[in-house]
Amino acid sequence: MTDTNKEVLLSMKGLRIEGRADEEWTEIVKGIDLTLHKGEVLGLIGESGAGKSTIGLAAMGFARDGCRISGGEITFDGIDLRAASEPERRGLRGKRIAYVAQSAAASFNPAHKLIDQYAEAPVQHHVMSRSEAEHDAVELYRRMQLPYPEEIGFRYPHQVSGGQLQRAMTAMAMSCRPDLIIFDEPTTALDVTTQIEVLAAIRDIVEQFDTAAIYITHDLAVVAQMADRIKVLLRGEEVEEADTRTMLDAPTQDYTKSLWAVRSFTRPTQPPVEKGVTPVVSVRNVTAAYGTINVLKNISFDIHARRTVAVVGESGSGKSTAARVITGLLPPRRGEILFNGEALPPDYRKRTREQLRQAQMIYQMADTALNPKLKIRDLIGRPAQMYLGLQGKALTDRIKDLLSLIELEPNDYIDRVPSELSGGQKQRIGIARALAAEPQFIICDEVTSALDQLVAEGILKLLDRLQGEFDLAYMFITHDLATVRAIADEVVVMKEGLVVEAGPKLEVFQPPHDPYTELLLSSVPEMDPDWLTHLLEEREAGRAGADVEPAGH
Amino acid sequence: MGFLTGLFWLAAVIAGAMAAGWAFRTAVITVSPHGLAKEFRTMPLTAGFGLLMIAIYILVAVFAPAIAPFSETEIVGREYQPWDDVHLLGTDNLGRDMLSRLIYGARNTVGIAFATTALAFTLGSVLGLLAAVVGGWLDQLLSRAVDVLMAIPALIFALLLLTIVGTSVINMILVIAVIDATRVFRLARAVAMNIVVMDYVEAAKLRGEGLWRLITREILPNAMAPLVAEFGLRFCFVFLTISALSFLGLGIQPPTADWGSMVRDNATLISFGDITPLLPAGAIALLTVSVNFVVDWQLHRASGLRE
Repeated sequence: MTDTNKEVLLSMKGLRIEGRADEEWTEIVKGIDLTLHKGEVLGLIGESGAGKSTIGLAAMGFARDGCRISGGEITFDGIDLRAASEPERRGLRGKRIAYVAQSAAASFNPAHKLIDQYAEAPVQHHVMSRSEAEHDAVELYRRMQLPYPEEIGFRYPHQVSGGQLQRAMTAMAMSCRPDLIIFDEPTTALDVTTQIEVLAAIRDIVEQFDTAAIYITHDLAVVAQMADRIKVLLRGEEVEEADTRTMLDAPTQDYTKSLWAVRSFTRPTQPPVEKGVTPVVSVRNVTAAYGTINVLKNISFDIHARRTVAVVGESGSGKSTAARVITGLLPPRRGEILFNGEALPPDYRKRTREQLRQAQMIYQMADTALNPKLKIRDLIGRPAQMYLGLQGKALTDRIKDLLSLIELEPNDYIDRVPSELSGGQKQRIGIARALAAEPQFIICDEVTSALDQLVAEGILKLLDRLQGEFDLAYMFITHDLATVRAIADEVVVMKEGLVVEAGPKLEVFQPPHDPYTELLLSSVPEMDPDWLTHLLEEREAGRAGADVEPAGH
Repeated sequence: MGFLTGLFWLAAVIAGAMAAGWAFRTAVITVSPHGLAKEFRTMPLTAGFGLLMIAIYILVAVFAPAIAPFSETEIVGREYQPWDDVHLLGTDNLGRDMLSRLIYGARNTVGIAFATTALAFTLGSVLGLLAAVVGGWLDQLLSRAVDVLMAIPALIFALLLLTIVGTSVINMILVIAVIDATRVFRLARAVAMNIVVMDYVEAAKLRGEGLWRLITREILPNAMAPLVAEFGLRFCFVFLTISALSFLGLGIQPPTADWGSMVRDNATLISFGDITPLLPAGAIALLTVSVNFVVDWQLHRASGLRE
């Protein structure tokens, strides 16, 4: 697909960008070379902190607050962006170079209608008149396959779904028919089923208008669908660059290979649970509601010791609500929670300390789950002190044991505060805090979704090891089916507050499926560059969950 | 010509103040331990100057009897004597030494303002945090009560209450503390509301932590930055309220020296072109500005703004 005869649109030579931290400038992009031809899609991939977004913004001649472009050249279609004046650069932005941000919900102004925001750029840049722009908006909304293209522009951002908003954002970026669009993780915040629609729409429109694009993501399978070429970044430096197919089939660098291998971890299949064994946690016919709206409708499932039950579903399917009911934060309307066969009081305030100790929780965002003002010693030590009555030296020893368990050097970490840890380390502290209570049952709420793939892999392995050591039962809430494949023994598929399908992993993942499960499974991107094309063809032909509406539509 | 001289003096004063701030900052950095020194290094010159001034006020207030040349209430000369070698700033409307009264005034005015602010803070933040954590009817009850108190303009309300309960230092402290606590309550509640929804508070609740520990360990440390900044601002407001009340005759009662009433007592001198009555007003202004410099620095640090 790469056509080197085409004209070069954007080139960066030896690009260096510095960021300011603690009164010092440190280099965050260290001499990147990049060439993009007209109509070409380049994938930028790497972990957080690799400098992907910073490079993406630099392609517009822009550096975030607290950052500066300190060296190198950026040339866009013959214009030297570093030498250009600010008005000149502003003339390019939105008109010839457009930007699509990760969170469309945060990027749209909630006070204006979509179409008003669409018309802003073309009118500002004198490309179209207001009425032309409105007409054009409807046309692009249609091409982005948005429902009701005639009317959708007159809605406010909160009145359309996340996937639709992301497509409206892409349409908006297209409004001036730019030569280059920068997509910064456009589908990361979306559910898998919605992600497909957005990916297909973006790919279509980029092809139709022959627009060049830089596609920034940390998800390899996604970039494989979108990009002609892939550039792998690590800590501001280039690891390697190649055609998508070459890169997928034969990566040359070790780092790239390790990225590719991430999804290889799988937990060995466990023997089925013997009949008659009392499950650790048993959810019985639970109906729960926020206000008058039932979020959970008569759901039941069991979790046994030494087993991991993955609860899967899109956002809004009620999986987190199920966790809130089990922990007692949301007393159910009907039904009950049994713990080792005994009913738990529905409200956590009525539960005994022993009952609270037995069920612990690990949160999605370790940043908000750990009190930023407390030291690791207090964060982990408190449950041990409270439930097990440890004091003084016994307590310190226990904290050190826990830190060794989560593979952090005790003496280095015991007196740090959370801000002195990396994302993965914070999540490990969250795990240690749960373990400190010596529970039988742990709820893991999307514990890996905020982490880079390599780090997430480490967390999953750690959880798996701890389960074996302490006979833990896990309830694993996730929307990521790759994680489910890796760690689950049993799967519960949820949609709109109902359990759609439940059973051992192999059974759920083998056909015949429930149509919704089929849709979910088929929507998980694969590392094959033709996957999206094939999937869309199949759905066209009426298979692979084509006739199921994704939740929340 | 007069304008230019004025401009020159203004520039000189600002330069002098900044130089003092710089010298103070350098001194503080060298004497404080490593961790603290790092904090002080981020301090702007204005904050350095502010801290220096606050330190001087505190020293003056504490050592007033040692510094002041005459006693606070003794009549030592004729009325309205001009500045001379014995009475450096002249005498007031009863013939008391102006400089001595200014020094004792620091003790009374600043001391009472500090006590009042501390009380207002304890009351306001405890109730505010409680309202945010417990929620429900307690929150409704406290918030509505605060709304009622806040509906009446503060100064008029203070005058009204003081007329009812009678003027004394204790009464004044209590009345101003209650009125200012309503403002602190609203801030504390709003800040805590944002913290209560964090996962770590949920985790602590699920752990079975009691209310007291929830407030002191999980919420208060994270609400500290805005509360400290508010403390500085609130201190200024209380200070001004006390001076205003004293000026109106309902605050600190004679013969106790107090900057607000000193302005009023000597106000007639202004018509003769004498700036002496402005000195206590200047003392109030300087302290207020200094406190605000420090508060600005703290706010800046707490909000994580750069540049």
